[in-house]
Amino acid sequence: MRLTRWLADHWVMGVALLVLGYLTLPIAVVAALSFNRPSSRLSYDFNEFTLDNWQRPCATSDMCDAVVRSVQIGFIATVVATVLGTLMAFALVRHRFTGRSGINLLIFLPMATPELVMGTSLLALFVSAGVPQGFWTVVIAHVMFCVSFVVVTVKARLAGMDRRLEEAAADLYASPWQAFRLVTLPLVLPGIVAAALLAFSLSFDDFIITNFNAGTTITFPMYVWGAAQRGIPPQVNVIGTAMFAIALLLVGLSSLRGRRTRRVGLPAAPATGRRAKSPS
Amino acid sequence: MTALAHVPTPTGQPAAPPPLPRGGRRRLLPYLLLLPGAAWLLLFFAVPLFQLAAASLYDPSGSLSTGYALTWAFGNYPDALQAYWPQFGRSFLYAGIALVLAVLMGYPLAYAIAQKAGRWKSLLLVCVVAPMFTSFLVRTLAWKTILSDNGWLVGLLRDVHLLGPDGRLLATPVAVVLGLTYNFLPFLVLPLYASLERLDYRLLEAAGDLYASPVQTFRRVTLPLSMPGLIAGTLLFFIPATGDYINAELLGTPNEYMVGNVIDSAFLVRLDYPQGAALSFLLMAAILAVVFVYLRRAGTEEVL
Repeated sequence: MRLTRWLADHWVMGVALLVLGYLTLPIAVVAALSFNRPSSRLSYDFNEFTLDNWQRPCATSDMCDAVVRSVQIGFIATVVATVLGTLMAFALVRHRFTGRSGINLLIFLPMATPELVMGTSLLALFVSAGVPQGFWTVVIAHVMFCVSFVVVTVKARLAGMDRRLEEAAADLYASPWQAFRLVTLPLVLPGIVAAALLAFSLSFDDFIITNFNAGTTITFPMYVWGAAQRGIPPQVNVIGTAMFAIALLLVGLSSLRGRRTRRVGLPAAPATGRRAKSPS
Repeated sequence: MTALAHVPTPTGQPAAPPPLPRGGRRRLLPYLLLLPGAAWLLLFFAVPLFQLAAASLYDPSGSLSTGYALTWAFGNYPDALQAYWPQFGRSFLYAGIALVLAVLMGYPLAYAIAQKAGRWKSLLLVCVVAPMFTSFLVRTLAWKTILSDNGWLVGLLRDVHLLGPDGRLLATPVAVVLGLTYNFLPFLVLPLYASLERLDYRLLEAAGDLYASPVQTFRRVTLPLSMPGLIAGTLLFFIPATGDYINAELLGTPNEYMVGNVIDSAFLVRLDYPQGAALSFLLMAAILAVVFVYLRRAGTEEVL
């Protein structure tokens, strides 16, 4: 009787933990394979423990070139997309103008369109316009699909901001520029940083759109795709594990920071309304 | 002096919470802010769609080297569909099965995190998005190891006779559907979680007080209240899953190819642009049709 009660209360949690196992198992496998010495180039099974892959991650230099290229593309695309998207978010939250629904549609549609369609249509455009595909066409494509995500992320942060803080700054003789730089920007910055991180990870990991528009330029996902046919060097798993560790570190740091600002921030101004304060 | 000049700006509004101050000069500002981003999206998202439509109507006898002529060859559509309807149908079949599996797995997960996890909530949420921290292709390849013929999973399934002695998981439709489910599950869980998190636990207690069984409570209270999240999540899952071809390529064989594999080879290997463009357009139209019918039946058109 007690057991059935317990089961009735906890089966959802049990299923949830199983599903979480399904979601995280491949990461554990990637981490394990990064310490593997494969028995042959085309084998995906765990064979023998080794530290070689971590000690010489660039043993296959093509792969490291591809990683560097992905970082370069990701960096440029992130900067451009973050600037364009943040400007759009400010316009949408802070201003009234005609044509708003059209702009909203233009921002929403790229997020709802299959990557395959965006990739092939850009390819059709570049080919018919005679633009050779390569590094810069990939950057153009990445900015295109990152902008919408930046707008959505920054908009959420801006909409939750207490406008009275800026009015208070104006009351205290701040010029509009000073109010923006000293009050608005610091408050929106976490949203902008989150948007930039999201844009970078989308760009770094994109395969489908990149594949159609890269020409002979090889990014990291494209390298993995090509290598899957010829045999994957185990160092690919080193990169996968390192990416995971870096992302985890960033999440950990931001949650630590969030916790600290909450602790410091709360007693100082308990009445300013929850929306303006909520960190992260 | 600039500081003083800007401060009082008597707009005639009372001091309390004034609506956004609107000056004549500022009317242009939103357009200036929108211009670069909107131009980028128009030029590299909207215009290419027209270009793709044009390419799908090119004369199929042309080629990249000799150039294509736009001859309004609508025949490209039935031709492409006739040649590749198995792959086309498979895209929707696999994505559909994966979606059902994902809902069965994702709903309990989202519910447990939102309502039962307590102080473990953020940790479990991080676990849900953790797969996205590493490369899509690398973790899809990890499934090759997990489902490998020499792996423990296949060994176990053979031992309990769920698989025959020569039974395989890799290079079967099962592997492709499992991969699709895995790769897009977080997109389904996150909006669902957001919906369930806002669910007031007292409503469930009230249902219990009114003698509703747990099943009734779920059907009459929890499920309807989580519908917006479920609809958003299923769309976020289904659209990329239908257009995916990475799982079919890495975990399947040409017998499991989806329409994406065909489009990829049409554009990059066979260089048959009219066919690739026609298939691309058909895919988008079919997805839009499915989404439209679905939203109609789900009764929440305001999602779009």
